[in-house]
Amino acid sequence: MVTNVTSFGRSGLYDWLVQRITAVILAVYFVTLFGYLLLNPDLDYQQWQKLFSATWMRIASLMALMALCAHAWIGMWTISTDYLTSDMLGGKATVIRFFFQTACVVLMFIYLVWGIQILWGI
Amino acid sequence: MVLDVLELLKRKDPSITYRRSCREGVCGSDGMNINGTNGLACITPVSSVVKSGGKLVIRPLPGLPVVRDLVVDMTVFYKQFEKIQPFLINNTPAPAIERLQSPEDREKLDGLYECILCACCSTNCPSFWWNPEKFIGPAGLLQAYRFLADSRDTAINERLANLEDPFSVFRCRGIMNCVAVCPKGLNPTRAIGHIRSMLLQRAT
Repeated sequence: MVTNVTSFGRSGLYDWLVQRITAVILAVYFVTLFGYLLLNPDLDYQQWQKLFSATWMRIASLMALMALCAHAWIGMWTISTDYLTSDMLGGKATVIRFFFQTACVVLMFIYLVWGIQILWGI
Repeated sequence: MVLDVLELLKRKDPSITYRRSCREGVCGSDGMNINGTNGLACITPVSSVVKSGGKLVIRPLPGLPVVRDLVVDMTVFYKQFEKIQPFLINNTPAPAIERLQSPEDREKLDGLYECILCACCSTNCPSFWWNPEKFIGPAGLLQAYRFLADSRDTAINERLANLEDPFSVFRCRGIMNCVAVCPKGLNPTRAIGHIRSMLLQRAT
C-alpha cells in the first residue's frame, strides 16, 4: 500500500473509475456537439444561444465541465508523479511536484467557476 | 542462441560478466536487452533478432542499477515481488493430507504460475521505470493475481486492500510491453485487468 494525499480521490481505484466515467461523459458531450455542428452548417448566433440557454444543455455542459476538471486533475497528477520525481529532478522534486499539482488544481478551479459564469451568463 | 554468442565472447575475454544458469529458459537468469527488446539470451535465436549483416547489441535490463556489464541489481524488483505476499495464505486448520482443488479451480492458475521472475517484463515497462519503488510492476502483479485466483487462498480481502492505492496496480497504463516481451508468453496486462475487476467488485 502506497500512501498518497494529492491524488483526486486518495484511492487508485476511485481515480481510475472517475477517469473512465469522465472520459465517457466528455466523449458523448463533444461528439454530440460536433454532430450538432455538422447537422447545422448555417448555424447562427440566435440558434447557438437558444441551444446553450436550454436547461438540458446547461446540465450537460456543466457535467462536461466538471468531468473535464476531474479528468484533467487525475491526468496531470499522474504526469507529475511520473516525471517530476526525485529520480528525474533530484532533491527539489517534491517542491516542484507539489507546486505543479497546486497550480493545476487552482487553474482547474478557476476554469470551473469561469465556465459556470459563462454558461449561466448566456 | 544469443547466449552462445556471449559464451564465445567470454572465452575470448573472461572478464565479461553476465548471469546464466539453466541455459534453456527455465531459470530466468539471463534476461537482458537484446537489440532493444528484453528477452532471455538462452532461448533467443540470433537469427530472430539480427537481420542478415545487421548488428547484435546486448545491453543490461533497462531501469535497474547496473552492477557490472550485463548484471543488474534486482533488489527493487524482488522488493515489489515480496510486497504481494507470494505465498498461499490460509487460516483454516490444515487438512490431514493436502488442500484439494477442483480441476476447474486449478485451471484458473494456468498462465500465471509459469512466471520465472526473469524481470524482462517489469524492466521493459515505462511505468516501472518511473516508479520502481511504488508500482509493483507486471511480474509482481501477475503473481498477485496468481494468489488472488487461487481457490485455496483465504486472504483475498487483505491482498486487495493492499493494492487499491494509486500506484501499486493503477500505475499500469496498459502499454503492454510486458505482454510483448514475456519469454514464457504470459499476459500480465490481462492479470492486471482481472485485479482491477476484483477491486471494483469489492468496492462498488
